[in-house]
Amino acid sequence: MSIKAENIKYIYSEGTPFRTVALDNISIEVKEGDFLGIIGHTGSGKSTLIQLFNGLEKPTEGKIIVDEITVGEDKKLLSKVRQTVGLVFQYPEYQLFEETVAKDVAFGPMNLKLPQDEIDKRVRESLELVGFNFNKIKDASPFDLSGGQKRRVAIAGVLAMKPNYLVLDEPTAGLDPAGRNDLFEKIKTLHKKANVTVILVSHSMEDIAKLVNRVIVLYKGKIHMEGTPKEIYSQAEELREIGLGVPQVAEIVNELRSRGFNIRTDILTVEEAKEEILKEVRKRNV
Amino acid sequence: MFKNLTIGQHYPVESPVHELDPRVKIIMTFVFIISLFLIESFITYLVVGLFLALAIKVSKVPIKFVIKGLKPILMIIVITFIINLLMTPGKIIFQIGFIKITEEGIRQAGFMAIRLTLLIMGTSLLTLTTSPIILTDGIESLLNPFKRFGLPAHELAMMMTIALRFIPTLMEETEKIMKAQKSRGADFESGNIMSRAKNLVPLLVPLFISAFRRADELAMAMEARCYRGGENRTRMRQLKISKGDFVASGIFIVYFAAIIMIKIW
Amino acid sequence: MLRTKICPYSIRTVYENKYMGAYMIENIIKIENVKYKYEKESNDYALNGISLEIKQGEFTAIIGHNGSGKSTLAKLINSILLPTEGKIYVKGMDTSDDSKLWDIRQAAGMVFQNPDNQLVATIVEEDIAFGPENQGVEPSEIRKRVDDALNTVGMYEYRKRPPHMLSGGQKQRIAIAGILALNSDCIVLDEPTAMLDPSGRREVMDTLKKLNKAGKTILLITHYMDEAVQADRVVIIDKGGIKLDGTPKEVFRNIDEIKKFGLDVPQVTELAQELVKEGINIPTDIIDVKELVDLLCQ
Repeated sequence: MSIKAENIKYIYSEGTPFRTVALDNISIEVKEGDFLGIIGHTGSGKSTLIQLFNGLEKPTEGKIIVDEITVGEDKKLLSKVRQTVGLVFQYPEYQLFEETVAKDVAFGPMNLKLPQDEIDKRVRESLELVGFNFNKIKDASPFDLSGGQKRRVAIAGVLAMKPNYLVLDEPTAGLDPAGRNDLFEKIKTLHKKANVTVILVSHSMEDIAKLVNRVIVLYKGKIHMEGTPKEIYSQAEELREIGLGVPQVAEIVNELRSRGFNIRTDILTVEEAKEEILKEVRKRNV
Repeated sequence: MFKNLTIGQHYPVESPVHELDPRVKIIMTFVFIISLFLIESFITYLVVGLFLALAIKVSKVPIKFVIKGLKPILMIIVITFIINLLMTPGKIIFQIGFIKITEEGIRQAGFMAIRLTLLIMGTSLLTLTTSPIILTDGIESLLNPFKRFGLPAHELAMMMTIALRFIPTLMEETEKIMKAQKSRGADFESGNIMSRAKNLVPLLVPLFISAFRRADELAMAMEARCYRGGENRTRMRQLKISKGDFVASGIFIVYFAAIIMIKIW
Repeated sequence: MLRTKICPYSIRTVYENKYMGAYMIENIIKIENVKYKYEKESNDYALNGISLEIKQGEFTAIIGHNGSGKSTLAKLINSILLPTEGKIYVKGMDTSDDSKLWDIRQAAGMVFQNPDNQLVATIVEEDIAFGPENQGVEPSEIRKRVDDALNTVGMYEYRKRPPHMLSGGQKQRIAIAGILALNSDCIVLDEPTAMLDPSGRREVMDTLKKLNKAGKTILLITHYMDEAVQADRVVIIDKGGIKLDGTPKEVFRNIDEIKKFGLDVPQVTELAQELVKEGINIPTDIIDVKELVDLLCQ
């Protein structure tokens, strides 16, 4: 079971002066159980790519296969695809519309025409998965919640569809550091506990490096790099050149290396950097 | 879905028509529309058509852009044509059951179709050759004399500017919310009218909330930039009547005089 | 209490105000024991006794997590909100003095978080002209100010574009240019980079640093540490009060405390302090990558 993209090309406004190739010859496979990060700056094609995954957009060339279903081939299967690939857009709190949190989360399962007791069960489960006390939150108006809470409700709304794959586009945009760390913690639990395959989309390496086990870097509609976070990290300079955020640790490590320091470049955390630097400094002092 | 919408689309090239003062263009368009309803002969419509064709030629706007403006109202033209064709009493040419086609009906229907077509093409030429913001300036300036009768000229113009500024933003937002709800299994395309209207709730509620939030923030930003209504406000761009405007007005007066002459005869 | 919309008795010319700035007022913003609550009856203070002085030409970053009261402070300075208790002076003018409202807003221009919701016009240059037009400035002078502002933020080639075709970073630069055209001495920015991507954030920060060099007082409200370290002075707000205030070096060395406020610390400072704990002999207040690398490579 997987999401497969085969030789995808996507062109906007074909036949007009605004013609843009948003995606060019993209082939990737996201296997069940993966925790994938897609990074790229605004306009790199990352938002288009994830909309292809659940059939909101159709590729100009190539095909997308979600759990053996070729997306778009049979229109009747489109709702199945959208249920299988849950897509959480950027600033998802802006899609909330119901009077109560529970009703809003129930919107997806209702559209799937599930029996009422199954809907109720899913609403409870999804709200608990994103860290809410169900009884406390269920009757609250979504519009009275804080920014971070609204966002978690919106994510629960997608989780209630029981997707095999959860795609999150910049889930922490606009949150402060505490809110950001909290949400990432929740996403990590989701991946582990609920057994959901997660695809995180971001423009910063910093946010996702500690979570994902594979990273794809998109640049100008093409796959620019692919590998483990460590492998990608070791090319911090290049990431920066294509307009992406690089954490300071990577900068320090790179700078040290260029000054003749014998240090590994695939360092993710302050802790690792400390160990490596100590080793080298102690070696020098001996 | 909204990508083909062309409200007030501006075709930015340099031409004598583009350079005319917006006030002159608005008045000319207005008088042009009046002239359309004065006419009662097909030959005169030919004259009007030629005049309009000439104006389009000078404006350097491709004719297909002007014709494209007709698309959204094609249905209205067709319906008007049919209603006039069937409802006008007079000398019956032929009859099937209760459907009667009269000579007057054909004439009337033809007139209405031609009038509407020329009217839309004429006003499209105005919007195609004038950027929305200059058009707004023109409207504000033309409405200014009516201020003393309590007409809020500046406020109307400001509302138009803000509407124009936010149309693309809200369109984009609509598309985004629509996609988000579709991802949650929403269906905007099937069902009867009642269920379709009901299905729009998940789209409209977030859209309204967001529009109100934007309005609130924009009002604050405008106040922070010292906005306090139209009193004592100046404008960076000043409208000026130039030589071209006199020439165009002259040609137009000749055109209108000709129409009146034909009418009186 | 929110400011009433339009103040009827304050139509003063801006020129008068220009000469007022001729003699230097050292503290361009002075906040004295300010308290603020959003609801009359509640005892929940968004700001609870804040005193702060901002010097002319200073680049100050105010940081705090969401709900710490930092955005409220920005709105108070711009006289969008009025303090429940205490006083705020902008260039010596009391923000609760209605007759000075427009002079205060001109003196301390404000840039907001959402770039889409603060641009008014359909063309970039028209938008920048909006402020001076409101002030009743002569058309030729507006033209000059608009061109100057566009050049300063490096957006001159985009002057005829519609704002919705620009990137987030470009839109914020236009918003900044709109304030420059008001001839404000001080620019207050309320989380201007929160909705931008890394390159957009860099654009905005570069623009602010450039403006500060040219003499503008900058008050940047943010929750990004990497932006705060670029300021002259960092003020940390938590639960409506000022917790730390000083140069970035003085402030960021308090790593544990800052983390308690729900904020990040620069990784370089954290790393330096970890190394100090292991017996490496370097200072604990390093905030710059190059500084640390230089010390380690000695």
